[in-house]
Amino acid sequence: MAKHQISNNIRKLRFNQDEMTQQQLGDMVGVSRQTIVAIEKGKYSPTLELAFRIAHVFNLPLHEVFSYNPEDDH
Amino acid sequence: MSYQEKRSILNMISTLLISGIYFWYIFRGDPTAGMSSDELLYFWGKSILILIPVTIVAKIIIAIVFAVGNTVATREKIPSTDERDKLIELKSLRNSRYMFGLGFILAMVALSMNMSVNVMFVVIVLAGVVSEIVENASQLYFYRKGI
Repeated sequence: MAKHQISNNIRKLRFNQDEMTQQQLGDMVGVSRQTIVAIEKGKYSPTLELAFRIAHVFNLPLHEVFSYNPEDDH
Repeated sequence: MSYQEKRSILNMISTLLISGIYFWYIFRGDPTAGMSSDELLYFWGKSILILIPVTIVAKIIIAIVFAVGNTVATREKIPSTDERDKLIELKSLRNSRYMFGLGFILAMVALSMNMSVNVMFVVIVLAGVVSEIVENASQLYFYRKGI
């Protein structure tokens, strides 16, 4: 698989949010725990809608949860 | 190993087993020997039409047993289908369709080379089984390696 250009700090944010579990976050945004695991590991880039939902859970703007690394394009 | 990975492996095994057992049952004693082309078409049409409900029923039973067994063993509820599952399903289905398309072309090549109707149907059935394996193997790959 090609390396994803989108990285995130969901793991850190979960930890800072009373050590929220992956299952809890998944339930809050409507996806399975496995999908949260895949997003954290960079194995899946979520849709824009899901990305906004995750950012909304942490009460943060999208760019503080996800970041795009254009240098990985080449 | 996640629920989805286990399900993909189980689906591969069940596809092989169901098709293998069914066609072994149908072909025991070489029933197509000496059949005319019309009789062969009737035989294959009937065999494939029966295979469809047999496969559906067997897969439903296997899926129920697996879901119950997995819930009892892991005490985890069955994960609901989300956007990642749907994307993986679509990409895997695409790979499966490519495989079946290739098999269909091979079957037509067999016919154009004046081979028997039997060969054409064997190639089509094999393409069906292989395409299903490709679909499940693709799912397993995407779940493990990412998408």
